[in-house]
Amino acid sequence: MARLVINGQPHTIEVDPDTPLLWVIREQVGLTGTKYGCGIAQCGACTVHVEGEAVRSCSLPISAAEGKNITTIEGLAEGGTLHKVQKAWIQHDVPQCGYCQAGMIMAVAALLKDKPKPTDADINSTITNICRCGTFQQVRAAIHAAANA
Amino acid sequence: MSHSAQINRRSFVIGTAAAGGLALGLDIPLRRAGVRAQAATPEINAWVVIKPDDSIVVRVVRSEMGQGTVTGLAQLVAEELEADWSKVSTEYPTPGESVRRKRVWGDFSTGGSRGIRSSHEYVRKGGAAARMMLIQAAANEWKVPVSECTAADSTITHAPSGRKTTYGKVAEAAAKLDPPSEVPLKDPKDWKIAGKPLKRLDTADKVTGKQVYGTDLKLPGILNAAIRDCPVQGGKIKSFDAAKAADMKGVKKVVKVGDSGVAVVAQTWWQAKTAVDAIPIEWDVGDKDKVSSETIAAWLKEGLEAPEAFVGNANGDAKTALASAAKKVEAVYSYPYQNHAAMEPMNATALYTPDKCEVWVPTQNGEAAFAATVAASGLSADKCDVHKINLGGGFGRRGAFHDYVTQAVLIAKEMPGTPVKLLWTREEDMTHGRYHPVMQAKLVGGFDKDNNLTALHMRLSGQSILASVFPQNLQQGMDLLTFQGLMRQGQEHAFSYTIDNLLIDHSMRNPHILPGFWRGVNINQNCIFIECFMDELAQSAGQDELEFRRKLLGKHPRNLAVLNAVAERVGWSTPAPSGIYRGLAHLKAFNAYVAAAAEISVERGGNKIKIHRLVAATDPTYAVNPAQIDRQVAGSFVYGLSALFYQECTVKNGAIEQTNFDTYDSMRIAEMPEVESIIMPSGGSEPWGGVGEPTICVAAPAVLNAYFKATGKRIRSFPLKNHKIAMTA
Repeated sequence: MARLVINGQPHTIEVDPDTPLLWVIREQVGLTGTKYGCGIAQCGACTVHVEGEAVRSCSLPISAAEGKNITTIEGLAEGGTLHKVQKAWIQHDVPQCGYCQAGMIMAVAALLKDKPKPTDADINSTITNICRCGTFQQVRAAIHAAANA
Repeated sequence: MSHSAQINRRSFVIGTAAAGGLALGLDIPLRRAGVRAQAATPEINAWVVIKPDDSIVVRVVRSEMGQGTVTGLAQLVAEELEADWSKVSTEYPTPGESVRRKRVWGDFSTGGSRGIRSSHEYVRKGGAAARMMLIQAAANEWKVPVSECTAADSTITHAPSGRKTTYGKVAEAAAKLDPPSEVPLKDPKDWKIAGKPLKRLDTADKVTGKQVYGTDLKLPGILNAAIRDCPVQGGKIKSFDAAKAADMKGVKKVVKVGDSGVAVVAQTWWQAKTAVDAIPIEWDVGDKDKVSSETIAAWLKEGLEAPEAFVGNANGDAKTALASAAKKVEAVYSYPYQNHAAMEPMNATALYTPDKCEVWVPTQNGEAAFAATVAASGLSADKCDVHKINLGGGFGRRGAFHDYVTQAVLIAKEMPGTPVKLLWTREEDMTHGRYHPVMQAKLVGGFDKDNNLTALHMRLSGQSILASVFPQNLQQGMDLLTFQGLMRQGQEHAFSYTIDNLLIDHSMRNPHILPGFWRGVNINQNCIFIECFMDELAQSAGQDELEFRRKLLGKHPRNLAVLNAVAERVGWSTPAPSGIYRGLAHLKAFNAYVAAAAEISVERGGNKIKIHRLVAATDPTYAVNPAQIDRQVAGSFVYGLSALFYQECTVKNGAIEQTNFDTYDSMRIAEMPEVESIIMPSGGSEPWGGVGEPTICVAAPAVLNAYFKATGKRIRSFPLKNHKIAMTA
């Protein structure tokens, strides 16, 4: 039995304690915006916020998330208003296939909370998500736009 | 992912549909379908649906995998329709419906950079015909000559009387009219929607997590499956112990899939994956366990000197000319296996009953997925259908190959009435690819005493894709596709250098590792081979690398134009800033002309490369959406440079060794160079060129040529990590 708060909603979930947070979010809670890409915390497609920090949920057992506040891509917008990162993403037409973008956006949202005006070096050291379509040029432009929004 | 003009015409249900399908007559989109899509659907024709509220649905059968093709095709239809762009959305018809309607939408295949270039004419005619019918319907209602009516922004105007109406109001009447027989198209100079850098139609749901990918599909009662297929391609199961999984939590069934796979069906995918991992499986791999990267490389090396080879391109007498050359330059290059590694692992959902089989799948080719469904289900085509889902990346893996569809249907057949979603682990995906083929090349150039290049022999030795995937498309055994970028004149992949004595031939060597169409396909290695060797030749002759190429490109002005464009933008004629080194490359591929110029610096004695700038030029004849072309160019560089620096699938005991991104790395944002793209569509009546793939091939040789300038080291085997060279921010 695991108790979590996801996007402000409390959940009590019966699940094997070794199950990664990613699969609890996707399968037990039913929020599929968070993606499976590698399962070994390499690609970042599964990035969510745990107590406000960007975490690769594929490699975090649910037992380690007990009682934590978790935000997924579905919970990033507040009161029907998109987060400034989501707005910048739309404005810059960032996604191609889009599969990695939820994780990318969650990683960027956490970065901006930590560093409201990140430098390119900050972006380089923090945003390490894989995007096989190669949206990086638009991602960088949109991060700076969001920071200045 | 690609094919040449020589693809045989075949029925798509037999075989695999992926080789480009049938050649289409231009009448197809205008022909009234025998069966209407839905009784109440205000369908003007197969491409255009207009609802009473004026909303417009454009039908698109090419698949969206991030490349923007759906937006581009909708722009072309909307342009001719004179539509209000803000009211346009798109939908995918199903392959089953296409069959029922006598294949009214033509080819579904989305590969070979063909999405737009091979359907632009008939989809534009679909939009234009719909516009003509809508105007006719308004003219009929007003009882005025159609010639007095015009349309713009989804509104029809009769200027003499000042009357106006909207498409939504006349759509029902228009749908009842006969389609026009003559459908003239606009001059692209007059385009207002096409040719413009419009934003994509499909972005909003991608930033909120709402877009449903194949992995996300929910159906009532759905179960999940995970699979382990034989790690050696072509191997089989000897035995397995299902009991180990049967009692595990959530497990519903253990299924043998074909003769090579074991799947577990469970309540959740994590349960299925955990259970299938617990099953002991013994494999029968025959003698394939003796195959390794070393044995394959040795076999290919023999091919460099083999007396017999398929001749892909030749003129003059290269061998004789080389024998008498005043000077010869020689080099051997090699290119590894690579996996597509789309972000979304392979998956498919199937629902089978003895009367019907439905599949939901991210696919680059709905018709090929349909063919796989029909074959695996054992049902007739009229009892099957495929629902396409936007892809989390394709890159060629999801076009000609639907092994995951076959598996999903075979599993679902064991659970009649229950939808089953099969999702591969990343490890399964990495080790069951359709790999970029391995290839070696030996190049020999000959100069006369005045340092003029008089002869070139380029011997390729390596794997054929067609021999494995579409053997019926070999020509007397030869795989013409191997020669992409090197072909005879008149081909969409024609060689562009004019050399008096030329021989380009291929010794075919096909290991058991399954090859596939990998974004760009054979231009990836061919462009490195020829464009790096061009620099080697120029340097041997003591000539400027740009001038050396220019002399040989005189007969090909469009090649010359893109090369000149990048040279000018990068400032080739002026010295580079201190510590910055430049390199060039160009090619014609997929009927597009592309070039790149790189500026790099190196650190740590050449072990770190920083790519400061990549200038790219592309001439695809017409540019339907320049903003999306920019993104395709930059994205192709990420895909191609990831391959150059980091990616190799090695073979040990017959199996691929790399299982995940920890051993098969991909570029991150820190390594992303500044990409400046020059889009220079030359227009006219030449065939349209592709966009998604052509530029991928020019980044690597441009960087390698700059690296030689920086270090004096000529790298001829890949990826660069094997030489302890990495990219740096």
